[in-house]
Amino acid sequence: MTDTPKIRLRDVRKAFGSKVVLDGVDLDVRARHGMVVLGGSGSGKSVTIKCVLGLIRPDSGLIEIDGRDVSAMTDRQRTEIMDRTGMLFQNGALFDSLPVWENVCFKLLAQKRISRAKARDKAAEILAQVGLAPSVGDLSPAELSGGMQKRVALARAIAAEPDILFLDEPTTGLDPIMGAVIDGLIVDCVKRLGATTVAITHDMASARRIGDDAAMIHKGKIIWNGPAATLGQTGNPMVDQFARGEREGPIQMELRK
Amino acid sequence: MINPLDALAATGRSVIGVCRYTGEISIFAGNGLSNVLRPPVFWRMLWQSFVEIAFFSLPVVALTAVFTGMVLALQSYTGFSRFNAESATAAVVVLSITRELGPVLAALMVAGRIGASFAAEIGTMRVTDQIDALTTLSTDPMKYLVTPRLVAGTLAMPLLVVVADVLGVMGGWLIATAKLGFGSGAYLVSTMDTLKTEDVVSGLVKAAVFGFVVTLMGCWHGYRSKGGAQGVGQATTSAVVSASILILALDYVLTEMFFAR
Ligand SMILES: Nc1ncnc2c1ncn2[C@@H]1O[C@H](COP(=O)(O)OP(=O)(O)OP(=O)(O)O)[C@@H](O)[C@H]1O
Ligand SMILES: [Mg+2]
Repeated sequence: MTDTPKIRLRDVRKAFGSKVVLDGVDLDVRARHGMVVLGGSGSGKSVTIKCVLGLIRPDSGLIEIDGRDVSAMTDRQRTEIMDRTGMLFQNGALFDSLPVWENVCFKLLAQKRISRAKARDKAAEILAQVGLAPSVGDLSPAELSGGMQKRVALARAIAAEPDILFLDEPTTGLDPIMGAVIDGLIVDCVKRLGATTVAITHDMASARRIGDDAAMIHKGKIIWNGPAATLGQTGNPMVDQFARGEREGPIQMELRK
Repeated sequence: MINPLDALAATGRSVIGVCRYTGEISIFAGNGLSNVLRPPVFWRMLWQSFVEIAFFSLPVVALTAVFTGMVLALQSYTGFSRFNAESATAAVVVLSITRELGPVLAALMVAGRIGASFAAEIGTMRVTDQIDALTTLSTDPMKYLVTPRLVAGTLAMPLLVVVADVLGVMGGWLIATAKLGFGSGAYLVSTMDTLKTEDVVSGLVKAAVFGFVVTLMGCWHGYRSKGGAQGVGQATTSAVVSASILILALDYVLTEMFFAR
């Protein structure tokens, strides 16, 4: 059983019009481990996770969660998967018509796991974990700074203690110390809750902290995957160039000369 | 050389386009409505939309109705006086208002207010991933965003039209008594004598249909909008324009159904 990957992608393809974004992505995510996905800007990382979540329908390919084909699932089965999944969107995607506390407890309220009367206190508790004061709960998302919005979005993603946690750039826009705190929180989700996390990040220090495994996507394919700890000295020139942030190397930025 | 088949192909394409458009909206509407029978029902959202439509549209709808009634009285008086038929003024006002102008003008006003605001709100939620976020938070976006709005629109519009009917008649009465020399009691008696139940009921049925159409257009255009602020702007425009055209077209169809026998 331990061999079945939590999430499995095989030859997943997706094009928007004539623009091919995913060109045969193969990826295995181990259960109760952290996977970090690396790749240049616009390489299709966000699209990949949205495909796994069923928010974007891939053109072809197989996506399995717990060994079950996502595309063949009934609505009910899909809802069950969503019930134990958390997602942090790259832009936060907080509901601006609701106060922060209602955003944070949205899923708990939707699943009737908590009453509205208790939700405020619960929200304060979760906000504290991401380093926000209880008073933030009464603000509207539009009144928060970018980094605060990101942390509220993370609080919302982890509030229902998900089994699978998708994080699209969880620490972008945070100061280094807060970034480390958030990384600790994510690792804690893996350790304490036994969650499986898939995180997209551009920050190598963060990648080594939250990832057990890492994979790099380039030109629509996974060109490398291996232990996150080896990032920077993997032996794969492309990955190493990316991880060290070097200008010279096999990856040429498509800039006009 | 012009290929005659090109014209045929173009016609075919637009016919297919219209069919697809109609089909997509029908599926969307069917999906939105079928949720009424499937829990959970989001009462809070329903109430919010209802208040937004019924209560906050009152001022515009009321003003429109009063002025329409006033103009109608004036116009029919001057028109009918050529045939010495001034006494028909009260009848013309009440029938025009309850059968046609009440529901149509109220719906056009609501299309501008509510159709636009629903399209903008849902459109913004679409382009900022908030609709996707709902899915990941165990909430069906159709149930949460669309169904309550459709139901609220269908229920609120008839209430607005009742108000519009009363105020429209009052507007006519005001001008008739203050300016045209009608006796206050006589005008109202003449109004009530003319009015039949089916005049009011047909107007209210129209109102319910228009309320559904306005909210449907707002939700649908918002739901499928893409491409940032510009896309949301387009969705808003399309919602108002398509709702307005549908209101006028459906008004004809419904009138035909009610009164042409
Ligand atoms: N809805 C869409 N319609 C059309 N093209 C899209 C859409 N979503 C993404 N793309 C395209 O797919 C490509 C990959 O986008 P994606 O958001 O996955 O990038 P990313 O790897 O997450 O980049 P970043 O690190 O900047 O977030 C981009 O070139 C983008 O233009
Ligand atoms: Mg991205």
